[in-house]
Amino acid sequence: MDVRAPEPVTSLLAGIGDGALFALKAVRSAFAPPFEIGETIRQLYELGLRSAPLIAVSGMAVGVVLSMHTRASLERFGAESMIPAGLAMALVRETGPLTAGLLLSGRIGAGIGAEIGAMRVTEQIDALEASAVDAFRYLVVTRVVACVIAVPILTTVMNFAGMFGGFLAERTATGMPFHLYMNRAFSLIDITDYVPATIKTMVFGFIIATTASYLGFNTESGTEGVGRASTRAVVLSSMLIIVTNVLLVRLIFFIFPQAAGT
Amino acid sequence: MTGAATEVRREASADEPVARDIKPSAGTPAVRMERVTKSFGARKVLDDVTFDVPCGTGFVILGRSGTGKSVTLRHMIGLLRPDSGRVFVEDHEISALSGSALSDVRKRMGFLFQSAALFDSISVGENVAFAMRRHTPLRDAEIRQRAKEKLAAVGLENDYEKMPGALSGGMRKRAGLARALALDPPILLVDEPSAGLDPITAEEIDGLLVDMKKKGGTTLIVVTHNMLSARRLGDQLLMLHEGRVIARGTPQQLDQDSNELVRAFMTSQHAG
Repeated sequence: MDVRAPEPVTSLLAGIGDGALFALKAVRSAFAPPFEIGETIRQLYELGLRSAPLIAVSGMAVGVVLSMHTRASLERFGAESMIPAGLAMALVRETGPLTAGLLLSGRIGAGIGAEIGAMRVTEQIDALEASAVDAFRYLVVTRVVACVIAVPILTTVMNFAGMFGGFLAERTATGMPFHLYMNRAFSLIDITDYVPATIKTMVFGFIIATTASYLGFNTESGTEGVGRASTRAVVLSSMLIIVTNVLLVRLIFFIFPQAAGT
Repeated sequence: MTGAATEVRREASADEPVARDIKPSAGTPAVRMERVTKSFGARKVLDDVTFDVPCGTGFVILGRSGTGKSVTLRHMIGLLRPDSGRVFVEDHEISALSGSALSDVRKRMGFLFQSAALFDSISVGENVAFAMRRHTPLRDAEIRQRAKEKLAAVGLENDYEKMPGALSGGMRKRAGLARALALDPPILLVDEPSAGLDPITAEEIDGLLVDMKKKGGTTLIVVTHNMLSARRLGDQLLMLHEGRVIARGTPQQLDQDSNELVRAFMTSQHAG
């Protein structure tokens, strides 16, 4: 009896396997010369620096809103003085990394998916190869490295912007001075809050860049395919970030029990 | 891509010979395809294709749309690998190469794409300079100068700073040709040089290619279904039909071929 998995299942499994090999190749290539340093720096600018305004503004807005909600909750218990510390803890541990990851999967994921996808359908990737250039190394590895470097930095920007937004909300509500707010904000945070969460965002950066590059690199069907690659890059990388976040938080609590408060 | 314009990653040393200075063994064909078969899914595009292209000739691959002409060309530069059979470029089996060995063979070849495939995020001049910046030890000023010379050779001397999006179809094709010639390759692959162009521009592009062959001794391998273009460029013609070679010879020989399809193709103005 011929027992076969249905076509959608086999193609899904093939896609997952193909994507995993693509990611593995990116990791291997990132540590092997030649290093495309100039192009990596350009990608750091394009993907990193140019995302900074979005992250800073969003971070500040998140900080303001979180502060207002926290105030509404803590006021009931007369614990308003805990607002800066609570907000900072929430931002550094989870809200900052996850929000930055999701925002950047939109900003960067869509950009990479569309750019590489357009290069695929207009034969520019073939032209790179024909020019004796390793297109994978030039297009994919540079973006992966840039994202792994840029996302943690941008997350740090988001954390500080969020704290500043929280300060503005507190200042408006209570007239709290800046130095007092910051003293309280950093009173409960230590290195085990910051480092694991920041390392986590390096994984987010890797997920965004490899997912979007993979979809862009395998684009078919002309301009329609480019749009599809771009959309799927955002959806898939966002989903992967959310799911991976659960696993990484569990892993962080295992490696740093103090981070779990145990 | 913009960064590539400013990034100078020198792979060659100053005393390393340029592509044209490296000579293949005497009598070696520029390209040889040996029993090449290629399928995409269930569709067999090339079926046991064997031929060779002598050095310094104008070699035109003819055939109707979808007969595997462009697929053949892509095998020659290693953009596709055969399911079975072998592809040689001079002394090297390109179908078995990868990494830097493949890159070294590709440096000896230029490829003019049907759509020109210019890198659209950098200027026309930087498109031409791109390969020089990566594969030669030349200084920036010299690279710019050489890129300008390449552009001048195709009549685009005033367009160095223009972006590809600002060029017409014919100008894009010329710029693509200038880029393909950036490293002075001894072998030039051209995919449909006249596609999408008016007859006068198509003739101008063909004229440039013929000049390249006559003056530089470049081996010209052209894919086309345009007979006017084929007669202008081809010392030898090869005709593919349904993935198989059905005829090969000079234009005069193919005019007299016993196969009716070949004769019909040869007498058409714009077959395909």
